[in-house]
Amino acid sequence: MAQQAVTGASPGPAQLGEPLLKVRGINKHFGPVQALTNVDLDLYAGQVTALCGDNGAGKSVLTKCIAGIYQIDGGQFFWESKPVAIHSPRDSSALGIETVYQDLALADNLDIVQNMFLGREQIRNGLLNEDDMERSAGKTLSSLRVTTVRSIRQPVASLSGGQRQSVAVAKAVMWNSKLVMLDEPTAALGVVQTNQVLQLVRRLRERGLAVMVISHNLNDVFEVADRIAVLHLGRMAGQDRADAFDRQSVVDYMTTGASTRSRRADGDGEKRGQS
Amino acid sequence: MEKNVARAEAPESEDPTAAAEAAVEVPPEIVAQTLGQWFQAWMARIRAGDSGVLPVILGLVIITFVFEGISPHQVFLSATNLVNLFQQSAVFMVLAMGVIFALLLGQIDLSIGFVGATGAAIAVQLVQPATTKWPWWAAIAAALLVCALIGAIQGTLIARLRLSSLIVTLAGGLIFNGVMLIVLGLGPFSGYPSLAGSNANLQVLYNLMWGTINPTVSWVGMVVLVAAAGLIMWSADNRRRRSGLVAPPVSLTLLKIGLIAVCAVVVVAICNVNRAAIGTLEGVPWVIPIVLAVFTVWMVLLQKTRFGRYVYAIGGNPEAARRAGVRLANIITLCFTISAFTAGIGALLYASNLGGMSNNFPGNSLVLQAIASAVIGGTSLFGGRGKVLHGILGGLVIGGIYNGMYLLSIPVQWQFIVVGVVLILAVSIDALSRRSATSGSVARV
Ligand SMILES: Nc1ncnc2c1ncn2[C@@H]1O[C@H](COP(=O)(O)OP(=O)(O)OP(=O)(O)O)[C@@H](O)[C@H]1O
Ligand SMILES: [Mg+2]
Repeated sequence: MAQQAVTGASPGPAQLGEPLLKVRGINKHFGPVQALTNVDLDLYAGQVTALCGDNGAGKSVLTKCIAGIYQIDGGQFFWESKPVAIHSPRDSSALGIETVYQDLALADNLDIVQNMFLGREQIRNGLLNEDDMERSAGKTLSSLRVTTVRSIRQPVASLSGGQRQSVAVAKAVMWNSKLVMLDEPTAALGVVQTNQVLQLVRRLRERGLAVMVISHNLNDVFEVADRIAVLHLGRMAGQDRADAFDRQSVVDYMTTGASTRSRRADGDGEKRGQS
Repeated sequence: MEKNVARAEAPESEDPTAAAEAAVEVPPEIVAQTLGQWFQAWMARIRAGDSGVLPVILGLVIITFVFEGISPHQVFLSATNLVNLFQQSAVFMVLAMGVIFALLLGQIDLSIGFVGATGAAIAVQLVQPATTKWPWWAAIAAALLVCALIGAIQGTLIARLRLSSLIVTLAGGLIFNGVMLIVLGLGPFSGYPSLAGSNANLQVLYNLMWGTINPTVSWVGMVVLVAAAGLIMWSADNRRRRSGLVAPPVSLTLLKIGLIAVCAVVVVAICNVNRAAIGTLEGVPWVIPIVLAVFTVWMVLLQKTRFGRYVYAIGGNPEAARRAGVRLANIITLCFTISAFTAGIGALLYASNLGGMSNNFPGNSLVLQAIASAVIGGTSLFGGRGKVLHGILGGLVIGGIYNGMYLLSIPVQWQFIVVGVVLILAVSIDALSRRSATSGSVARV
């Protein structure tokens, strides 16, 4: 019910055009656990969408379904309005989707450069082109102000938690992608690096990319998000422009799946956001 | 909910000591600017528990001193014995260099002994002038092809049906022990086809282990190989230094090249001594370039190609590899194919050493000796850590121990016990270094 009400307040196609990625009616279960139920989500190019939800709400599962890590049980993806099937990580990266996973997914025994280029190694004369890979990795890392690592040739096992996260973010933004999904990209980061990541998120938006950020930090959410989507127990409780929400309504959606405040504001999201 | 927001909003600052602590785990060659710094960093790394190839080098030195000291008439370091030792070790080395591909994945291949033996039995049978009369090259190609095919089938079962590699290759070892006996039973040789005789094809197989290269050619070939290796290393390091990338100091590059040159000169000098009691037996045995070829090809494959990178990635974090789009099943299948193919080469060397094939082929102990060689050399049984070079170093240790005990006429029951203990020791070092590596760094999600 709440979902309908809020979707009604969404900006129409006239304002934003078609979403880059439309997720419709996604279901996903693990044995008896229904992780996602009939989830709809729109991700627009040039917009930052924050995905919120309590622990276990299904944010990471939704991300992994879009990334092709998990096979969906039902539902449909539309990429640039065309129905697409995403069966594997290869499918999603072929579409132009990059993901920073909550668990980072780095190989400890490989060094930073090797991790950043994993699956997309540059080749010269049939052999790995380490020199070029090292140069590009270095550039990306310094653009993220990741300056605390001693050498980009050190194994990821020797990095701190925050450094590992920086590497994972750098790995995802190095490619010419169209959609970047970041699952709690700043959870382990220091103040400076967190600001860098938020800055980066804005830069990606300016470049016209669609960005989806998962964060428990509502400060960060309200700082960068153009749109907010809230999951509650595997259902999409509400999604709208960020200015249609305030802190309390997001918290209400996260905890109860509905918000009286937001519903009151449904017809007049714009105004309430300004107050 | 309140709690949740509060947790997330609490300012988290980066731990400034984290980077400093991490420093000890950084490979020394990537931060050092001079040889002195490199040496310091190296010592720091050893103190931190990550000793690299140091234990195995130390082991080799100890073996040399002990056996040279107590072997009768100091025969251990005689040219004859050293060449002998290398020939015996060659089988362990080659088998180990193959099984490392399975170990790097965190898997195991217990079938290499009898899979290789099946290949060797096929080759030895096919060249027999009394029966099939195949040319030597066709026989070897057929043998290695069969081995590769067997490896591919085992790999497919492991990668696609997700069967345990332990069980699949344990069963495989048994199956191909049977197949080997069937192949050996064919023809009029009652299970013991021999490589003795003047037939050219028999001779080539026999010479894999026993043939030697003319001393002059040995020197020339050695100089050419060392020059080529040195040039490649020098130009690669130099290019990286010039473009400001992470590179070892000049002195270190030169030191490495120098070390290779010294080793090569010593090996050729020893091999060129006349080793025969009567007549002449001199020059580098064929088996040395064969081992070098296996080493070079597999080293390039592992260190310089996408495939190799994916092998390490799967060993380190299979889920990360999968998410990066790596086709795990293909890589795993290929690793078991390579393991079996290389086992074919190793078993051919064994057959050549034996002068034929035998019903009593010790497939199971060869598996253990090969895995022991890899682990003693420094390859981890937990996957993700290891090099082809480890097979060669570890093979020398195992070969050295057997050779020394043989010289001392130590009975075979004690040989078993000693090698078993050495294997346990190597596995303990592997487990301990792994523990110190994980306890020092951040918790993994
Ligand atoms: N691989 C899996 N197997 C079984 N259940 C799973 C699996 N992955 C997730 N789940 C379940 O799905 C639900 C949603 O999990 P998910 O990881 O998406 O939560 P989340 O919203 O990301 O939470 P957090 O904020 O803690 O990261 C949980 O109940 C979880 O137990
Ligand atoms: Mg999550």
